[in-house]
Amino acid sequence: MSEHHHDHDHDHSELSETELRVRALETILTEKGYVEPAALDAIIQAYETKIGPHNGARVVAKAWTDPDFKKALLEDGSKAIGTLGHVSRVGDHLVVVENTPERHNMVVCTLCSCYPWEMLGLPPVWYKAAPYRSRAVKDPRGVLADFDVSLPKGMEIRVWDSTAETRFLVLPMRPAGTEGWSEEQLAELVTRDSMIGTGFPRTPGAPS
Amino acid sequence: MSGSAAAAATAAIPSIPRDDDGPVFRAPWEAHAFAMALTLHERGVFTWPEWAAALASEIKRAQAAGDPDTGETYYLHWLATLEGLVARKGVASMDTLHRYRDAWDHAADRTPHGKPIELRDEDFG
Repeated sequence: MSEHHHDHDHDHSELSETELRVRALETILTEKGYVEPAALDAIIQAYETKIGPHNGARVVAKAWTDPDFKKALLEDGSKAIGTLGHVSRVGDHLVVVENTPERHNMVVCTLCSCYPWEMLGLPPVWYKAAPYRSRAVKDPRGVLADFDVSLPKGMEIRVWDSTAETRFLVLPMRPAGTEGWSEEQLAELVTRDSMIGTGFPRTPGAPS
Repeated sequence: MSGSAAAAATAAIPSIPRDDDGPVFRAPWEAHAFAMALTLHERGVFTWPEWAAALASEIKRAQAAGDPDTGETYYLHWLATLEGLVARKGVASMDTLHRYRDAWDHAADRTPHGKPIELRDEDFG
């Protein structure tokens, strides 16, 4: 198939060359009756849920309750997650960055849409979209405002730009009022966006 | 979900990246490519030995062309095999595949970010 050059700065959706080919095949096979979209979805979903955002949520919840694990996680994300056994594989270099009262972290991929898929499941559409990719670095506060996230004035915002080799996962701050909670309970509070840095974990008692 | 079909596929194609529970994917499109092959096999478009031979020659071709074959490109070869077999079995010609690929590209270009990309008649130039 021919290579097609994409302009990465335009405000429209983008599909990689490979995604275009996959969609083309899927459409043709569906139109010709070879493939039932629902049956295809069922196969795909089985794997999506297996590696959905709950993997990331479990990692975060464990870091909140186990200081040794947290230390290991911040030192070498891929290695620490590998010791848990429930994640089949993470990218070679997954770097976990910790939110503190002084610093908020947020993850972007300015070039394409590199994403810790194994931890977070499917990347949200906005993450892959040019406006988020181009604005996150220049105007992180503006982007966060779009997500209804406002941070104290003095708080530093650090934007991490993913590459094919290095991906980032945000370790959000543990919500107040969760003392004594189990890992399972805590994991329920961890949202996908809180691990990208465009949101916070749910607060106890708030509707999920 | 067709877990048994997936199990049959991983048994027939030893090179499929997997863990204890079954195949693993690095990206959503890989799962789509995998699921399409599973479905076409169930429809009798090809047998697993036939698929394995086609995939092997695709990988050989890619290696000869300089593919490092580190595993990251596995599903690219898988996708090329799928396209090749679909064309060879008369399901859809390479021309048709190209036409739909270009239509999806057009659809993506006219879709504002954040909206689902949908294919329309107008996308076929």
